[in-house]
Amino acid sequence: MLSLHLLLAVCLLYVGLLFLVAWAAEKRASRGQAGWLRSPAVYTLSLSIYCTAWTFYGAVGYAARSGLEFMTIYLGPTLVMVGWWGVVRKLVRIGRSQRITSIADLVSSRYGKSNLLGALVTVLAVLGSTPYIALQLQSVTLSVSVFAAEEPGFMRAPETSGSALWVAAGLTLFTIVFGTRKLDVNERHHGIVTAIALEAVVKLVALLAVGVFVVWGVAGGVAPMFDMIDTSRLAEWQVRPSRWIGYTLLAGVAFLTLPRMFQVLVVENPDERHLATASWAFPLYLMAMSLFVLPIAVAGLAVMPAGSNPDLFVLTVPLAQGREGLALLAFLGGFSSATSMVIVAAIALATMVSNNIVLPIWLSTRSGGGVRSGDVREVVLASRRLSIGAVLALGYAYYRVTGGGEALAAIGLISFVGVAQVAPALVGGVFWRGATRIGAVAGLLAGFLVWVYTLFLPSFGEGVLIPAVMLAEGPWGIGWLRPRALFGIEGLDPVVHAMFWSLSINICLFLAGSILTFPKPLERLQGATFVNVFRHAAEPRGWSGGSAEAEDLLMMAQRILGSAEAQALFSREVARQGRVGFLPDPTPAFLERLERELAGSVGAATAHAMLGQIIGGSSVSVEDLMRVADETAQIMEYSAQLEAKSSELERTARQLRDANEKLTALSHQKDAFLSQISHELRTPMTSIRAFSEILRDGAELGEADRLRYTGVIHDEAVRLTRLLDDLLDLSVLENGQVMLNVADTTLRRVIDRAVSAAGLEAGRVRLRRDLASEAVAIRTDPDRLAQVFINVLSNAAKYCEAPRPELAVHVRSGQGQVTVDFIDNGRGIPREAQNLIFEKFSRLTDQRAAGGAGLGLAICREIMANLGGDIAYLPGQGGAAFRVTLATARAQAAE
Amino acid sequence: MKAPREPLFLARRGYRRRRIMDAARILPYFGLFLFMLPVLRGGHASSIAVSAIYLFGVWFGLILAAFVLSGRLKRIDPEDDG
Repeated sequence: MLSLHLLLAVCLLYVGLLFLVAWAAEKRASRGQAGWLRSPAVYTLSLSIYCTAWTFYGAVGYAARSGLEFMTIYLGPTLVMVGWWGVVRKLVRIGRSQRITSIADLVSSRYGKSNLLGALVTVLAVLGSTPYIALQLQSVTLSVSVFAAEEPGFMRAPETSGSALWVAAGLTLFTIVFGTRKLDVNERHHGIVTAIALEAVVKLVALLAVGVFVVWGVAGGVAPMFDMIDTSRLAEWQVRPSRWIGYTLLAGVAFLTLPRMFQVLVVENPDERHLATASWAFPLYLMAMSLFVLPIAVAGLAVMPAGSNPDLFVLTVPLAQGREGLALLAFLGGFSSATSMVIVAAIALATMVSNNIVLPIWLSTRSGGGVRSGDVREVVLASRRLSIGAVLALGYAYYRVTGGGEALAAIGLISFVGVAQVAPALVGGVFWRGATRIGAVAGLLAGFLVWVYTLFLPSFGEGVLIPAVMLAEGPWGIGWLRPRALFGIEGLDPVVHAMFWSLSINICLFLAGSILTFPKPLERLQGATFVNVFRHAAEPRGWSGGSAEAEDLLMMAQRILGSAEAQALFSREVARQGRVGFLPDPTPAFLERLERELAGSVGAATAHAMLGQIIGGSSVSVEDLMRVADETAQIMEYSAQLEAKSSELERTARQLRDANEKLTALSHQKDAFLSQISHELRTPMTSIRAFSEILRDGAELGEADRLRYTGVIHDEAVRLTRLLDDLLDLSVLENGQVMLNVADTTLRRVIDRAVSAAGLEAGRVRLRRDLASEAVAIRTDPDRLAQVFINVLSNAAKYCEAPRPELAVHVRSGQGQVTVDFIDNGRGIPREAQNLIFEKFSRLTDQRAAGGAGLGLAICREIMANLGGDIAYLPGQGGAAFRVTLATARAQAAE
Repeated sequence: MKAPREPLFLARRGYRRRRIMDAARILPYFGLFLFMLPVLRGGHASSIAVSAIYLFGVWFGLILAAFVLSGRLKRIDPEDDG
């Protein structure tokens, strides 16, 4: 006898294996060895979450009730994948080029980055998916109860429903751990995709094994199997045309619009060419999954006692034949189907809820509040984690409320019809430029309401949410409004009936609304971009730019992406523009790229709104619209291109002018410095001369005066020496003749030394350090590095004007280098001076109080260059900020 | 003596490629047509086994066709298509 203990142990082991696989895949990917994790095979297998527990267990039950009709659920997706060149490829291309995060995001983005549409699709998706998640939990509970029933006294059937709760909790944990590590859609969930690929293999192997056992073990071969089928009560099966056609189309449409399918098909797609493989491999997988469904159903009907649940034949037939190992495998297959679906559905829904509902609300409630680097990112991640829990809780609640009594297939089809309402707006938006936001909203809302009225509410059973009398006679006795016979069309299957009316009304309103209304400029631009995604090599630009300050953009990007990623993004852009520093020119192309980058994390609507706040005003220019206009406008576009070229020339000229100004400023400063250095040399010289003359001539001086005068002479000589030392140091460093005393040390030791040498420990500046992050082994010249730190630290102590000065030291290490940021809370350095502070002879203020001759930072830069690192000014941090970059010990050893 | 026949199309490869794309677009409709054929038979109940063999046969044929087409489409540079 297969004990429940064993079953639970196997379950736990299996879940442990999934955790391990996901963890290993994440680790591999993070080391940059994604390799086969991104292969077409894994991609194809990840699509198999289409086959949920509904199809694993339910298909056999469906076949036992309705013959070959179960095949329609697989035929629809087969046709969609076989026709990948037309629709799926376009969706994937759009998803990649626009950095789409979910199906709600795609619809919202297409119709002018509308928040309303995004929220609408999200609500629809949550409502449509909840029953589906409940169905998965129910299937696990049911399958456990099969084993429990075999073991009387151990666990009563009602108690096994507790297993649903445990499954829900475990899935929440798994999904949160592996589904919310990253925000950016282009960093894929390797862990999850690999785990569900493994589950895909398990469920296929399990179903094939049961099938092989049924054909050769129970029936005794292929020919006897056919005899068995022909003598079963299914032999008289007849096609019901409306259901056959309706379900095939419905499954095809739902395959595109189910949030979880969109997630694996489009969002997690690592390479467009993988579609070519999936186009035949995924239908092959589906065919393999359905190959033995009919034999298992027939065998179940033959060998099982009348009245047993056909939805569980996959389990009960092997059990009844005493094949416990096989039954266990089948159980794992069903478990895999249920868990992989729930995991991906939860991620997809959580992304939609956080990007399209939580984030817009959060942003609108705190306009004008303080901003902090990474705050948006934290909100998104937290809301995503909460949403995953909420989605699963909702599924569990639905399962408890409905009691999970209905046949499995019914719930799945109800969900299908619900999510299919997105299809007109989705497909219409991708192929028809004339589709407008109003049309999409009208169609979606109407289709959604019709679905709720004709299918969703009645599905809870007569008299539960819709009174029985209303079902029979219509609301207020109006016969043609009966939920199951709208406009007097009777005799149709309820699902086909609901699908027909909801989609018909949806499409009609979508078309009418689109034809009658006029789109906003951004809608037209997005419409053209989406429809012509293959034609536009140069993407149209949404921003005319100009008024944006790069520093503000960096601050906003840091809120969403976090400091490190945002700074890396800006540095790449600076390099692309062929400049140095941290702030790129806010060109239209850069703004477009930045918006898409941000959209990959928070969705198109939010990214657009946040960027719009900074840039202000309308984002679509006449040239943009012309670029996507019809052929007749192409000549005008050409002249617009010329204009763009000339404005580019203007920009280049401006950059040249900038460079020239910098050079002129420098040469002025150099002249100023020469006179200053003469002055600085002369002042001490003058006093030395004067006092030494007094000493020489004044024999009657007292001892005290003599001491004072020699003291002054000594001090001035020291100052002179220091100045000359600095100059000498600088010239040695510049010529690269410096001797470095390289030693192994840690960053923390060097910073400690610099802090005490700069007198910060007892000073007025409050220091904020993270000692743990500073424990980085480095191989460098500790004295020289400390000299750099001392300079930066004492600068902060000298110049920070804040009433309560603070200096934060952030250390971040990775990829063979470590960066040390020194950020104070003062006023910072004005933009125009940022370029100059590292130049020799430059000084921001003319106060001599500063002491030095403006050589400190120049020396720092030369030291860092000699140490193989860098020091730079970091804009956009609130106060003055310096970043010191150096290589870690290990990276140097590897060289 | 006759000169060897000149090919009428110079851009033969491009032409062939576009027709393959056409075939890929048409394939699902062709499949839908074949899958819907059992509906026409409606009234006459034939053996479920025969229907199953027919449907699986069409299914497998579609997979083969998709395999052949996708193998040729994969070689097309993703940048020049339409």
